Amino acid sequence: MSETIRRDPRREWIARNRLHPEHASVLLEMGNAALSEWPGPNGVVRKNPRAVGFIGPNGIKRIDRSGLQQGGQAAATTAAPQDSRRTVTIEDPAFLVAVVPDMTGGRLSGHDKDLLGLARQMADADGEHPGAVVAIVFGEHKAAALGDAGIDRVVHLDDEVYTGFAPEARLAALSAVEREMAPRFWLVPDSQLGGGEQGRRLAVRLGERPATQVWHVEADEHSATGWRCTARGAAGTSDITRHLPRVVLALAECAEPVSETRHAAQPVELNQPLPDVLGRIEDMGEVPVDPASVSLAEAEFILSAGNGVKDWEGYHHAAQVLGAAKGASRVAVDDGFMARDRQVGASGTWVSARVYVAVGISGAIQHLQGIQTCEKVVAINLDERCDMVKRADLAVIGDAGDILAALVARVERYREQQQENRDAA
Amino acid sequence: MPHNVNTLNDAELSVAVLVSVGRHPLTGRARRADHDARAVEMALSLGDASVQLMHAGDGGEACGDAMRGYLGMGISRVKRINQDPDADVVPALANILRFAAPQLVLTGTRAETGEGSGLVPYLLAETLGWTVVSGLAEIESIEQGVATVLQALPRGKRRRLKVRLPAIATVDSSAPAARQSAFGPARRGELADCACASVTDELQTQWRVQPARKRPKRLKIVKSASARDRFKAAAAKADSGGGQLLNDVTPEQGAEAIFTLLKEEGVLR
Ligand SMILES: Cc1cc2nc3c(=O)[nH]c(=O)nc-3n(C[C@H](O)[C@H](O)[C@H](O)COP(=O)(O)OP(=O)(O)OC[C@H]3O[C@@H](n4cnc5c(N)ncnc54)[C@H](O)[C@@H]3O)c2cc1C
Repeated sequence: MSETIRRDPRREWIARNRLHPEHASVLLEMGNAALSEWPGPNGVVRKNPRAVGFIGPNGIKRIDRSGLQQGGQAAATTAAPQDSRRTVTIEDPAFLVAVVPDMTGGRLSGHDKDLLGLARQMADADGEHPGAVVAIVFGEHKAAALGDAGIDRVVHLDDEVYTGFAPEARLAALSAVEREMAPRFWLVPDSQLGGGEQGRRLAVRLGERPATQVWHVEADEHSATGWRCTARGAAGTSDITRHLPRVVLALAECAEPVSETRHAAQPVELNQPLPDVLGRIEDMGEVPVDPASVSLAEAEFILSAGNGVKDWEGYHHAAQVLGAAKGASRVAVDDGFMARDRQVGASGTWVSARVYVAVGISGAIQHLQGIQTCEKVVAINLDERCDMVKRADLAVIGDAGDILAALVARVERYREQQQENRDAA
Repeated sequence: MPHNVNTLNDAELSVAVLVSVGRHPLTGRARRADHDARAVEMALSLGDASVQLMHAGDGGEACGDAMRGYLGMGISRVKRINQDPDADVVPALANILRFAAPQLVLTGTRAETGEGSGLVPYLLAETLGWTVVSGLAEIESIEQGVATVLQALPRGKRRRLKVRLPAIATVDSSAPAARQSAFGPARRGELADCACASVTDELQTQWRVQPARKRPKRLKIVKSASARDRFKAAAAKADSGGGQLLNDVTPEQGAEAIFTLLKEEGVLR
């Protein structure tokens, strides 16, 4: 295509003349399929403000300037949000920052991601000699996107000895990583899920005095490690500012998770085989607890009932079969079907369940506030337009009684199968 | 629970509890530390075990008040190792534990004063070469040098562990609450002082300690080029979308979908 603008006086004239029968088609041709824009005689883009926008549902003209809609024929092209993250590969790192994520349920938790954000901050502090973040992951994991969280290298130890509660075997593996890779820093989440314990064991084994409950890290040239940290002390009532040691046990939200770059997450192997450890702690597995005895705020799986539940016997039976803690909306409580301490929401309990099943709950804002931190929400409701369905990750439209009964039947079948398998084995 | 704890040779089971000075979160007064008191309670629930309480500290007035709190739980004496105020208590405790050689040592998860890092049990275990377990909720039984314990996990879950003794175990707030401290026994109980050389904690003197600041609340950062998207993200009510909507399905199909989700999340046992 030549750069020269070729003028067509006739078409320009038609473009100016709104009453010309070919006006619309010429405009469409001139301005890339939009009625409202066309190149003027000198190459300047001309706009017709009257042709912009569309008539909204209430008969009022709306103009959407996001660029998604143009002109009257507005074919809303919802382009998939493009991935603007940079891909970073660190070939030859100046040093390593080791992270031992909790990986509860095989996924990176929010706490893990914050910690990886902190690791990234420390690795990238010197732009010319960047370090690499190496994550030590035990057991199977479901996280497909380890690199997106900022991990450059992964040591994946998928042996049977590391499954369950195996602090001694894991400690031996971490010591081996220390011997072979000598990372400059060790970051461990100071969590109840095992990270806090593992980190303390590691620090003691390495002979390092760790900083625990760290919630803030900043650069400091006076410190030997180049960093200074603020940590909670005395059961959370004091702040201790000190130089950052080699082993750091950090709290959640210690840094922003990585969002702008994606990393390679290359698998690396340890050279030497890991020694067998004679464990003095034997894991006998989790003990089943009565879900009703767990406080609602702590419960992992909640079956919550609202005004849409008619068959209360069926609901209680379902909760029992599923092994779920019982929750309720305010209406169900006020009507006397559920106890007051079961109410979820602004004036009840703020729950943090991993799975929250809302049966016949419309999703009033006071109720939704209480389930803000729930990970997966399932809605069973007759009304597909209610707010709970909008919030839900999975919404099933239908009568609550029927669906709960079907679910109970399905779970009972599953239980029977499991029992048969166990008997056969 | 006392009734289901059966020990083979009761007379020989000796339990040491390491206790520290607590601090009331509101008034700041010295008191028995909550976790440590729960550890004492757990030791007392072990039937006929002989229970010794040990404390390493500066022996000041606050220390005396706090120790009386433990004595009031029906303990006859607390062994108190006098140390300088800025001393590292681990060497002194390791010394005395090696000498007393209990089978089980119970401690709180972390102290309510000082650094409160929760490292003492781990350091002691490494020094003495004993096992360490954290977050005990209950001791089920102790038989032939093996303790069966329940470890507390988040969300009210429990894990059963078998631990070879001698061991150090930490107790946190999921263990049964401590009994009240009574005034009479607290007065009558004995504080047995003994001296031990202090090792100063050099590192700690370089730290700056302040009352805890409130942590800044994390802001929801929306990274988007267009103002419209940022506004929509800020004003959005419930983040709809992304969710799967099953309309016009039979109850069985709906139940199947829910069942699949429950199983994927691993909440069905
Ligand atoms: C100050 C204040 C504080 C509040 N605090 C709380 C709080 O803490 N917690 C709380 O929950 N509420 C609270 N509320 C009340 C809240 O505003 C709502 O009124 C309440 O949450 C609605 O409860 P619901 O969803 O169970 O009932 P409804 O709004 O009546 O919803 C019933 C839902 O069930 C569906 N349904 C009906 N029949 C069936 C069926 N057969 N099968 C399936 N679905 C069916 C309907 O489609 C509807 O969506 C508060 C209100 C105020 C003013």
